[in-house]
Amino acid sequence: MAALARVLPHAAGDGDRFRIELPSDLARVGDVVDAACACCFGDGLASRRTRFRLCTVLAEAVANAMLYGNHGDPALVVTIDIAIRDHEVILSISDQGDGFDHTAIPLPIGDESVEATRGRGLYMIHRLAEHVAFNERGNTIWITLPRH
Amino acid sequence: MSFAASQVANHVTVVTVEGQLIVANRQDLKQVVQDALEAGARKFVFDFTRTAYIDSSGLGALVSISKRVREAGGDLRLAGLNEDLRSLFELTKLDTLFAISDTPAEALAGY
Repeated sequence: MAALARVLPHAAGDGDRFRIELPSDLARVGDVVDAACACCFGDGLASRRTRFRLCTVLAEAVANAMLYGNHGDPALVVTIDIAIRDHEVILSISDQGDGFDHTAIPLPIGDESVEATRGRGLYMIHRLAEHVAFNERGNTIWITLPRH
Repeated sequence: MSFAASQVANHVTVVTVEGQLIVANRQDLKQVVQDALEAGARKFVFDFTRTAYIDSSGLGALVSISKRVREAGGDLRLAGLNEDLRSLFELTKLDTLFAISDTPAEALAGY
């Protein structure tokens, strides 16, 4: 929590759960991810692979929420809820947009997709997370990851 | 997170990626390469030895930079990817687009 407070004075939590609310400012994604990672894995037990998975999917989901959910409007907020359990971390990332149909996003796995400069984000989240779910509106994503 | 470009032997420009390559800094990396191209550089090695993670915007930036370098008649090689980053390139099939070496020294030796 101390690491989080250094970069996000408005973050709140009780040690096992914390919430981050931040404006849609892409420049803050890296700091938020680093701080969240420190909170989740402060006990030092996580493997590099686990840290990599959390950092990657969180950066991806937060950027998606800012860019596509809130359309980059700095007046709109992205909310990150993190629940830390013994063996897993559950992330919830919400934006204030209208939501989207995640089933309509094509998988970037064809040969023609290799040279695409976008469209890999959701696929990467699905591949790196243990479990992924969306709310009905499509403006909240829940991501479950191992903790160790 | 930062980038540093330095020219080594054989006119190869080594770009070191510190920290992470993500949506927040991808344009900085593009600019570093663009500046080098305008200065005449054509051979590049991107050193990811000190990179922890890359998001899809970062991967997209690498694809974009690769196209730009090739259009200029140049070549781009990646090096120093840890096991996790290497697996990311494999699951996105980008390992088929980029020449990837285990170490910067190995990439340099290929030129």
